Amino acid sequence: MSPEAEAPPILEFHQVHRQFGHQQVLRDVSFTIRRGESVAIIGESGCGKSVTLKLMIGLLSPSTGSVLLDGEPIAGRSEQQLTRERLRFGYVFQQAALFDSLSVADNVAFGLRQNTRLPESEIAVIVQERLREVGLPGSVATKKPAELSGGMRKRVGLARALALAPEIMLYDEPTTGLDPIMSDVINELILQVRARRPITSIVVTHDMVTVGRTVDRVIMLYPISRLGADEPQIIFDGTPAEAFSAPDPRVYQFVHGQAGERLLEMATR
Amino acid sequence: MSSGPVVLERPDLIQRLGQLTLAFVQDTGQLALFTCELLVWLLTHRWRRSVLVSALYQIGYESIPVVITTGGFIGMVMAVQSYDQLRYMHLETNLGAVINISLVKELGPVLAATMLAGRVGCAMAAELGTMKITEQIDALRVLGANPMHYLVVPRFVASVVMVPILTVLADAAGVLGGWFFATRVCGVDGHHYWTHTEEFINWFDLIGGIVKAVFFGGAISIVACQRGFSCKAGAEGVGEAATQAFVYGFVAILVIDFFLGILLNALYPLTGLMTTTFN
Repeated sequence: MSPEAEAPPILEFHQVHRQFGHQQVLRDVSFTIRRGESVAIIGESGCGKSVTLKLMIGLLSPSTGSVLLDGEPIAGRSEQQLTRERLRFGYVFQQAALFDSLSVADNVAFGLRQNTRLPESEIAVIVQERLREVGLPGSVATKKPAELSGGMRKRVGLARALALAPEIMLYDEPTTGLDPIMSDVINELILQVRARRPITSIVVTHDMVTVGRTVDRVIMLYPISRLGADEPQIIFDGTPAEAFSAPDPRVYQFVHGQAGERLLEMATR
Repeated sequence: MSSGPVVLERPDLIQRLGQLTLAFVQDTGQLALFTCELLVWLLTHRWRRSVLVSALYQIGYESIPVVITTGGFIGMVMAVQSYDQLRYMHLETNLGAVINISLVKELGPVLAATMLAGRVGCAMAAELGTMKITEQIDALRVLGANPMHYLVVPRFVASVVMVPILTVLADAAGVLGGWFFATRVCGVDGHHYWTHTEEFINWFDLIGGIVKAVFFGGAISIVACQRGFSCKAGAEGVGEAATQAFVYGFVAILVIDFFLGILLNALYPLTGLMTTTFN
């Protein structure tokens, strides 16, 4: 049994439902993530992966059910408490979400200036260390996000997320839109981040190379629109190796990138 | 006999009216909640100086050329439109009073605010809308900053400070533009032009215009930021937010102008000292 299997739960979803207007995205979703685990949440576009990530950090609240952080519900906390808890997370956004009006250095330093009283000289050292850690030269520090390539923006986003030394890293589609080499660089960085510090990682992705390389456990969500009324939305929870040889055709087709009857189904819908 | 429920393909007039009423109540409620939250953050937390300076620069300094140009031309247009009519009655020396009282009490504040609703309000809504759809507002929350405190409070303070200053500039440019056209082009006597201006305008008119501009500045920023925060996804959503920021901002300016006009007129007899004219 791995040490993570005995570790205390850090994040728990209990019968979480979430809907936007009339559209239900999550239905009766329950799972537990233990401290130190590295978990991928996979599934087709629109199955609720990114919503799951935002529920974890309190950017969204469940319509019903509860999300627990260290055994305490996230919903119902004051804005101040939520802000304090959010600083335990590092969040790498799908499109990096860098602040356009700030330089790379100011982006990476943002959380430090906002939440600590560190002197500027110390902040500058941390910024340079984080940029170096994600493989970016110090010369990019003065550039604006608009001057960077997609891969560089993702790495600056990772450096910004790491600046406050988080306990939990959330990656939202970290390799989407990148070429295979840059995707591999990001996968390697995810592994290095985990190797250098005791951290819990949750990666939302549909890139199976990322799943195979970076995580120990896979949770697969399925779109509600394709499920029967009583079918669970989590259709797989196991190791990456088990996912690749799963008997469930829905899991098998997804991890192997097979459309199956889907094209015919779309055409006749 | 009827075999099933009647299905209405299009909402009838009553249904449409009901939908519009609900949408209006919902929008007004959201705006009221947004304003309350803004006021709480404004009064209970220290303002971020760096963001405020940047907002003052963008809203104030960068608007100076366009405000002065507009103000100057409004003054000249007033002179063009009024000169012939006053000359017909041999009252052309009153041109200064007509132009300047209109500028200081109404046209200066309202037109400067309308232009700023277009220039500043649309830019604010588009910027915040883009930040919302590219998850930059979520990123602020994740990094421990409250978007209301970080983004809205500085823009609100900058608007409330800069719109009155820009209004004074627009007024001054309008007064100069009107004077230039009346005396240099139409040949009105300069001494009489200013004498009549001094007889008709008092401090209350000038301060009333500036008070209006304070409220206009607040309304422009609140409407624009709230529209930006409610922005829907995509380029179309950002465009819609910017358009709504101008349209709703313009309506807010006119509504505020109407009610403040009534209030200021009611206060006018009570302010004996303020009604002293400039001479």
